[in-house]
Amino acid sequence: MNDMTRVERAVDSQDIKINAKNVQVFYGETHAIKDVNVDIEDKTVTAFIGPSGCGKSTFLRCLNRMNDTIDICKVKGDILLDGEDIYDKRVDPVQLRAKVGMVFQKPNPFPKSIYDNVAYGPRIHGLAKNKAELDEIVEKSLRRGAIWDEVKDRLDAPGTGLSGGQQQRLCIARAVATEPEVLLMDEPCSALDPIATAQVEELIDELRARYSVVIVTHSMQQAARVSQKTAFFHLGNLVEFGETGQIFTNPEDPRTESYITGRIG
Amino acid sequence: MTDASMQSPETGRHAASLTATDARTIKRAKAEKRFRTYGIVAIATGLFFLVVLFASILSQGIPAFQRTVVSVDFTLTEQQREEAESTLFKTKAYSDLFIAALNKELTERGVEVDFDDAAIERLLGKVGGTIRTFYAENPDQLGQPIEFDLAASSRVDGYFKGRVSRDTLQDSRFLQLSDLDLVDALKEAGIIKQGFNWPFITGADSGVDNPGGAGIGASVVGSFFMMMVVLVLSLPIGVAASIYLEEFAPQNKFTDLIEVNISNLAAVPSIVFGILGLAVFIQFMHLPQSAPLVGGLVLTLMTLPTIIISTRASLKAVPPSIRDAALGVGASKMQAVFHHVLPLAAPGILTGTIIGLAQALGETAPLLLIGMVGFVARGYPDGFLAGFTEPNSAMPAQIYTWAARADVGFYEKAWGGIIILLMFLLTMNIIAIILRRRFERRW
Amino acid sequence: MPIAWLILIVLAIAAVGYVLGRSRALQSAGGDSRGLHSLPVFYGTNVALKTVVPAFGLLILWLLAQPLFVNSQISDMIPESAIKEGSSRSLVMAEVRRTASGLDNAVAQGTLSETAANNADADVSELTQILKDAGQVVTSDISQPVLNAAQRYRLMNATGYTIMSFVVLFVALIGAAAGWLQTNADYRARNVVEQGVGVLLLAAASIAILTTVGIVLSLVFNTWEFFKLYPATDFFFGLTWSPSFSGRGGLSELGIIPLLWGTLYISFVALLVAVPIGLFAAIYLSEYASPRVRSVAKPMLEVLAGIPTIVYGLFALLTVGPLLLNIFGADGLGWMKAGTAVMTAGVVMGIMLIPFVSSLSDDIINAVPQAMRDGSYGLGATQSETIRQVVLPAALPGIVGAILLAASRAIGETMIVVLGAGAAARLSLNPFEAMTTVTAKIVSQLTGDADFASPEALVAFALGMTLFVLTLGLNVFALYIVRKYREQYE
Repeated sequence: MNDMTRVERAVDSQDIKINAKNVQVFYGETHAIKDVNVDIEDKTVTAFIGPSGCGKSTFLRCLNRMNDTIDICKVKGDILLDGEDIYDKRVDPVQLRAKVGMVFQKPNPFPKSIYDNVAYGPRIHGLAKNKAELDEIVEKSLRRGAIWDEVKDRLDAPGTGLSGGQQQRLCIARAVATEPEVLLMDEPCSALDPIATAQVEELIDELRARYSVVIVTHSMQQAARVSQKTAFFHLGNLVEFGETGQIFTNPEDPRTESYITGRIG
Repeated sequence: MTDASMQSPETGRHAASLTATDARTIKRAKAEKRFRTYGIVAIATGLFFLVVLFASILSQGIPAFQRTVVSVDFTLTEQQREEAESTLFKTKAYSDLFIAALNKELTERGVEVDFDDAAIERLLGKVGGTIRTFYAENPDQLGQPIEFDLAASSRVDGYFKGRVSRDTLQDSRFLQLSDLDLVDALKEAGIIKQGFNWPFITGADSGVDNPGGAGIGASVVGSFFMMMVVLVLSLPIGVAASIYLEEFAPQNKFTDLIEVNISNLAAVPSIVFGILGLAVFIQFMHLPQSAPLVGGLVLTLMTLPTIIISTRASLKAVPPSIRDAALGVGASKMQAVFHHVLPLAAPGILTGTIIGLAQALGETAPLLLIGMVGFVARGYPDGFLAGFTEPNSAMPAQIYTWAARADVGFYEKAWGGIIILLMFLLTMNIIAIILRRRFERRW
Repeated sequence: MPIAWLILIVLAIAAVGYVLGRSRALQSAGGDSRGLHSLPVFYGTNVALKTVVPAFGLLILWLLAQPLFVNSQISDMIPESAIKEGSSRSLVMAEVRRTASGLDNAVAQGTLSETAANNADADVSELTQILKDAGQVVTSDISQPVLNAAQRYRLMNATGYTIMSFVVLFVALIGAAAGWLQTNADYRARNVVEQGVGVLLLAAASIAILTTVGIVLSLVFNTWEFFKLYPATDFFFGLTWSPSFSGRGGLSELGIIPLLWGTLYISFVALLVAVPIGLFAAIYLSEYASPRVRSVAKPMLEVLAGIPTIVYGLFALLTVGPLLLNIFGADGLGWMKAGTAVMTAGVVMGIMLIPFVSSLSDDIINAVPQAMRDGSYGLGATQSETIRQVVLPAALPGIVGAILLAASRAIGETMIVVLGAGAAARLSLNPFEAMTTVTAKIVSQLTGDADFASPEALVAFALGMTLFVLTLGLNVFALYIVRKYREQYE
């Protein structure tokens, strides 16, 4: 199978980018994430899979402190980015999120022009000294988002006017524009049709060359296609974490096997 | 395709460490704080205005509920009355009798002070007339000792409340500096004192030169009759219109026309409804001017859109499954609505109606145009039906009339009237809140 | 109150009809309600509805039509000679109506016998005295034609009402009988009743249209009358507002420009106060405030919206005016001459509008999807950057709509400007000067002594027309924008 070849050509051992130790997440009374330990490597695609409500998205949102915007959400344990605790009091989540970008389930372009959508991040972080530099960043990001050729003639058109797949690639370009080191993707293809999904998956594989990519997906096929590492979450626990090929062919935990073979989930 | 020609270092632009905040982030954090402060300042300003508003209402309105009275023990015998009635200046005779009684009381209490008739008139108004009228109406009280509570003039009242002071007083026909000596003496003797101002609550409007005698009672009654009209008309019509629009109306131009009309009427200035009332109800239909009936009709037309909008919201909140359940057991559409949807929506409808009524109760401008100005409220209506047609005012219009008068004494009455008006509104809103809390249903 | 009695009698007939209809239906089914097409209630209601609806419909129509008919008849009766110089037919008619109701009162009080009241040759001055004693305000001595017209007026009205009573009762009885005769076991009473109720519901909903028609007609008709007496161009383009108080004649200058200027200036000041405070309050409440702060601060702010405008008027006149005078008056900066000024009214109106702006903007900001905010936070934007650069631009059309609605409120507000803005019509830029507005002048022109037929009173309708068109235009436009905005996110 094509998928397997891709998995095999993967991993030469990489640096650890994110290191999570004993992470617990509470939503008010609910214990949503229970004692999760995981190492995410640089220049690797890591997939989080599991049945809905298993906590995979919650855990993903802990990695760039998006959960801060929810009042009742409490995070315990350590999450280290390049060895630094991102929940340290001295860390400004704003700076963190510039390093750890995010792409969401539903494409959410701002109601602005395509150009302004991409330029938004560089502008707020002050990444460009002048208009020419900003133009350069926008073009580079749109190219990395594999959408430059489709939109280069209409950068002033509103981003909301693009098709679903284009919107999602625009959002990826927007996330890339702030020069992140990690890209978090929360089911980025669930609102897209199969053709758009294929394009985005191809893009993810290309992004791996520069970034550490973490993708949450409910589709096991997608996880197998795009990722080198896979983590299986179930009821808030990290059940199994390892090489994608191994998880799908030879899972250690019976729960993982049940899920992969379709008996639970 | 990734772009190989661009080889910018991937991490170079970010601060090396997350814990080291760069200058730009500090600046942004400051901007964030500033922005947040604007919000807090805005809310604080709004609340500050609220506090100032209520503080000025309470501080200036509460004195209206106090009045200054001179109470004198007084006895009039049959014989004295006949003598007085036989003189040429009858009220003068009564007045002399009163002054004698007052003098007697003063000497009994060991207070000495000089005063004349004119001073008494400046303090208490035409005492003789008041006494004469009292005995003409209550002849059985003749020969019996009675304690007369006579209201002091508004300036004397103002002296007690600090509105008038010795330093600023200039002698006039209303009050002279020497009168204040008399007032102080009376106060020392315990004859003049302050008490709760019942006449303000129960009384009617007074003349332009008598702020002390003005009361809000008659216009409260006027407001009551108006609200009766509004309730009786706007509740059934509003509910019927909402049921039609929400449950039965077909999708067509006519329904659209009604919808557009309702949403626009809700935003038409209230004074325009006053013009409508003047032109249609008074000029065209010749309904009586200044009548609470007409006021009620105008306010009904004004509150209907509000009531319809809130009623439709509560009808919409009843889930369609309830209708389906009723239709499923063979009820007609009409039965489903009247037996199931309407009772479930009733608390919401009542709440909306009460809030609409409260809005109507505080409305002033349209009433002025149909002649329900304050000075019309000279007394209580003769009977229940007459209450709808006899000229009367309403609370807000009465307050406006007082506020527009030149005599400063009326301002206190206006603030006091506002306290009464706000108490009614508060009660209505509390009832609405209780209804909502008690019966609110979440589906 | 004969009409009250009439209504009660018709209701009584309906009640009897209800009982009869119900029992007849049961009888026709042999006493077993299962044999009926509809529930017994519907048969009763059918009869009652057929009694009440036509009878009351006729009653209302008659009550509307009769005064029109009688007025035109009597009006024709008054000879041209009886109309004094400077008076008009409508004034004489008002006199006739007053005399007629005076006669009614005098008869009711027993000071005048029915025959004496109808005596066409009665001594006019004596009668005037009797009417004055009876408490009827009669402006001058009644003239002979007026008296005769008044007597005729009474007579026609009395006959009219008698005929009406009979006709209404007749219609009610016919309706009841028809309903009763239709009643049998197979009659589809429920369908008929439900159709009837449906029509009543539709009628209730149509009142909204009737109201609008009433507003438009009363404005247009009287404005037309005004423009017959006063040229429209002078009204719309005149730079001076100075109505003469002497009553009639061409001395008045009734230009709307100074009033419009005052209206717009005060509204502008009000928006200057209300929009920043309301908008920032809404932003704080919807984006920053904890649920606890929100649950306290939001209702507190909304209390400001529930306070009647007369309270704000008094607040402007007696608290804010003197306060501003202390700061900007002769003792302070010397810009202000009196407590009533554009500033006073504008600031207080602004306070009134704060909750209006804030709760509308709150709704609109909340309608911006959370995904939009997440997208921005995910890029590392701070909350204020997200609000300023993503949420507000997305909410902008809605907020503009809300501000327009607030502007329309400000333009139509009456009591605050009547008490707080002053009475002088002025074209000035100084916000500390007294100015007046369209609404304030509507009140003063219609509550003064000027009679309805004079241009000084009729101008109020032209002002009302302008106000109505202005606010309606703003509202329609604002509602359109807000609706378009909501559709975008639904």
